[in-house]
Amino acid sequence: MVRRNTVVGNIDWVTVVIYIILVFLGWVNIYSAVYNEDSQGIFDISQRYGKQLVWIGAALVLAFFIIIIESRFYVFFGYLIYGIMLLLLISVLIFGTEVNGARSWFIIGGFGFQPGEFTKFATALALAKYISQYNFKMYRLKSLAIIGFIIFFPALLIFLQHDTGSALVYTVFILVLYREGLTGVVLFFILLVVVLFILALVISNTAILVFMLVISFLSFYIIHQKFKDLWKVVGVFGLIVAIVWGIGVFFNLQFTNVSVLLIGSVISALVFLGLSIRKRLHKISLLIVIFFGSLLFTISVGHVFENVLQEHQQARIKELLGIESDPLGAGYNVNQSKIAIGSGGFLGKGFLNGTQTKFNFVPEQSTDFIFCTVGEEWGFLGAFTVITLFIFLFIRLIWLAERQRSVFSRVYGYSVATILFFHFMVNIGMTIGLMPVIGIPLPFFSYGGSSLWSFTILLFIFLRLDANRLDRIL
Amino acid sequence: MENLVRRQYIISGIILLTAMVFVAKLFRLQVLSSAYVQYATNNVLRKVVQYPARGLIYSRNGKLLVYNKAAYDLLVTPRELGSFDTLSLCNMLNISVDYLASEIKAAKKYSYYKPSIIVTQISSEDYAYFQEQLYKYPGFYVQPRTLREYPRSIAAHILGYISEASQELINKDNYYNPGDYTGATGIEKKYERYLRGEKGVKYFLVDVHSRQKGSYENGKRDVPAIVGENIITTIDMGLQEYAESLMQNKKGSIVAIEPSTGEILAMVSAPYYDPNMLVGRSRGVNYARLSTDSLKPLFNRALMAEYPPGSTFKIANSLIGLQEGAINNYTSFSCSGPASYPIRCTHDHVSPLSIQSAIRESCNPFFWNNFRLIIGNYSTTAEGYNTWRNHVLSFGFGHKLGTDLLSEMDGNVPLESFYNNIYGRRHWNAMTIRSMAIGQGELLVTPLHLANFAAVVANRGYYIVPHVVRSVQGYNSEKETLGFAKKTSSVKPEYFEVVINGMQDVVEKTSLRYTTRVQGIEVCGKTGTVQNPHGSDHSVFIAFAPKDNPKIALSVYVENGGWGSRYAAPIASLVIEKYINGSIANSRKWLEKKMLDANLLDTIQPE
Ligand SMILES: [Zn+2]
Repeated sequence: MVRRNTVVGNIDWVTVVIYIILVFLGWVNIYSAVYNEDSQGIFDISQRYGKQLVWIGAALVLAFFIIIIESRFYVFFGYLIYGIMLLLLISVLIFGTEVNGARSWFIIGGFGFQPGEFTKFATALALAKYISQYNFKMYRLKSLAIIGFIIFFPALLIFLQHDTGSALVYTVFILVLYREGLTGVVLFFILLVVVLFILALVISNTAILVFMLVISFLSFYIIHQKFKDLWKVVGVFGLIVAIVWGIGVFFNLQFTNVSVLLIGSVISALVFLGLSIRKRLHKISLLIVIFFGSLLFTISVGHVFENVLQEHQQARIKELLGIESDPLGAGYNVNQSKIAIGSGGFLGKGFLNGTQTKFNFVPEQSTDFIFCTVGEEWGFLGAFTVITLFIFLFIRLIWLAERQRSVFSRVYGYSVATILFFHFMVNIGMTIGLMPVIGIPLPFFSYGGSSLWSFTILLFIFLRLDANRLDRIL
Repeated sequence: MENLVRRQYIISGIILLTAMVFVAKLFRLQVLSSAYVQYATNNVLRKVVQYPARGLIYSRNGKLLVYNKAAYDLLVTPRELGSFDTLSLCNMLNISVDYLASEIKAAKKYSYYKPSIIVTQISSEDYAYFQEQLYKYPGFYVQPRTLREYPRSIAAHILGYISEASQELINKDNYYNPGDYTGATGIEKKYERYLRGEKGVKYFLVDVHSRQKGSYENGKRDVPAIVGENIITTIDMGLQEYAESLMQNKKGSIVAIEPSTGEILAMVSAPYYDPNMLVGRSRGVNYARLSTDSLKPLFNRALMAEYPPGSTFKIANSLIGLQEGAINNYTSFSCSGPASYPIRCTHDHVSPLSIQSAIRESCNPFFWNNFRLIIGNYSTTAEGYNTWRNHVLSFGFGHKLGTDLLSEMDGNVPLESFYNNIYGRRHWNAMTIRSMAIGQGELLVTPLHLANFAAVVANRGYYIVPHVVRSVQGYNSEKETLGFAKKTSSVKPEYFEVVINGMQDVVEKTSLRYTTRVQGIEVCGKTGTVQNPHGSDHSVFIAFAPKDNPKIALSVYVENGGWGSRYAAPIASLVIEKYINGSIANSRKWLEKKMLDANLLDTIQPE
């Protein structure tokens, strides 16, 4: 009974304050983004800032209820909540309304509701519950399969609603799993895949091949740690390539540079593979396998890019990588967004004085591109402040997660921090041209009831769990 | 386990690294680079829609029927309004101060940032002067538009007019914005998709004083407008103009078709109006005047007026009788003149008589017998009636022909069930519906139906769906010829010859020979008189010419014109003569003058 009275005292008020500051700043910027002199009053429900005020009020009420509910409730009903959310996701696929090409909305009495937003916290709960089981072991086929299902089944359903951006959010759970013991190799592979994907689209095949060869030799040196052997390997490789080139010239086979290098690599790889197996150098075999895996991946990127991605997605990626520029088409949003932010300067143009965001040059300015208004009206100083606030929140959440005694709370805490981080990274990255245009909201900032509520629920359940961190029952 | 705790630093590191990259990028965008500040605080982009010139409309001989002239709209962006001399602006534009104030108020209500049109269609003369003064009026600017102009004031009903797009259309088709124009009737509406072209966009940088600072990014983002496609109609401009003049001071219509192609050569609905009336700033006033006129000049009688066909329909019944074997070329019936039963004959002629003479004399008893036998050929009245009805439908009656003209009417050839409902199943027979034999009763046709039927006879058994547009041609593309369906009548070609001989006799061997015979052209025709319970009977005539390889088929309705031979037939003959010979022979000038001078509007008082 004593503990129950101290729930309020145990809440991490620092996080609550950051939350309130972010929501307030978000509203100020929405107000500015949709502001025009024609309508008065911040409570004008016909305007987005008026509506957002209603959403914020409701979110605070929601937060209050989340705090007064027993924290055991979230643990106990974790799977049930997850199951209900999955059912909602399936039913929105069948009965939902299409908005901007994504069939992810229920429209009830003029108000839109996006179940996909709420699946995030449900997935985090289910994942936390599963991992916090008494005898959980990460490296069992069954565990990996169930974890995979928990994370990627909702992602698949959201992907089927053509809401690619929201589906991609689920990849961030990899970071949570990494904290819980998944090997760092996975992170390395994800990085490798991203780098190779970009390289495959940006630079020529020869350059990729040379790049990968250099990386392989470097890795060999790092693994093997013998400088003398590196020279041997490079020497053998050089010799084989020279022979292949010689044969090509002699028989007039018209080899291109790539094919000379490729054939040379294959032959060398076979030689080294034989050697490494005989000498039991397993890491070297692994290196060779990775080398060819990457090669295969790079070759398939072109195919995947053209056949799997939709045309507008291709265009956005090409735009981002500077392969093709179409300021009127795929590049329009980002270009306008960069002009808006760039014209803000160091100090910004001041509240309500933005011109770029006012004139509808930046589309979706109150939702996905809300950061433009920050950049234009508050300048570098404002943008820096907002980024700092977010980073402070993330680090604070990780710190809170680490101080939990229960695995459940820790896993959930990490989920909260990384989900928020993923939204932050993709959304702001998109507005400044560092990420492709993927329409996902900036937490607490972007206009919209569903997203604000879902982030509020996500965060406050963790704060509630944290308030009970001393309880042993969890 | 200890090393797992260390992983929090790696995750935090990823987060911090991302933040650092973002901050660096923002620093470059906002502080280091001046490229973006070039569109500095005071510079604003203005997007000006480039309106394409609407496609032109030509006659079949390549003469211009509709072209464009320049006009200008005045727009205002309320946020950019400064103080200005209200009175001189109003004087320049010839508007009242109150009007200007209310328009600006409405514009503010719509949006402070987006421009609103406040004065439309300023003439190029006014604009030339106004343009020099424009700098005195911050927040105002001008956008060019094109207006329709008609070099000859003809064919208003065919061409149609354009008007501002309705809210409904704007919601449905995102091509349109408030204030845009769209075809409202006629060719302008039907061929809107071709005529409208594609809008373009031009971006300008303007400063706070709304002065243009030049194009944005050297016009890289501008999209030029694409001119609308031109329309080549089937209308013969000279013939249309002549036909309209013949119908002056009359109510009624003329529809002339080239039988071999279905191309409409001329289509008049009288009274008509000058298409130039519905253009420009006086459009609203004129439209109100036309739409309240008791003679309904906006109503297209050629397509929408439904009349009984009268005796012209005896041609259809003749053909059906021959096809059905109810009669042959030699079948004769006797006629007792006014004493005939059940339909009287109003003509004095030899008796008995066969089909060719019966057409010439328009003998009601002959056509009653013919009709009776057509229906009687079948075991039940219903079966006979439906057979007859299907033949009638195959001539194009009783349904919309599917032309490219809008608001065609169906006409009426009653269903069997119509009579079942009135008289009860099996309680009616040929006798009950005998007025069908002579084209009266429930039968309703439009002038277009009748002209098309004349084309069926001229073609000896088929028609091409009538149409007014032959082809469309884009600015830089191939001419696209539009195709229209060929429909075959259920009466075989061999039955037409005797009927056509009868029609030739109508023109050459009755009193019509004094008015309707044209020197050197074998004209075939048939008169009709439509009983009119509201006043004098309507005068009707269908015809085609020449008899072999017909070049023109037409119908003429003259409301309150009395006998078909009185106005409709002479007018038809003049149209034929004009089209085939190019001019009216001196010997017939008296007739032309008589028709031109005839005024049938004064003879009846509006009820
Ligand atoms: Zn008779």
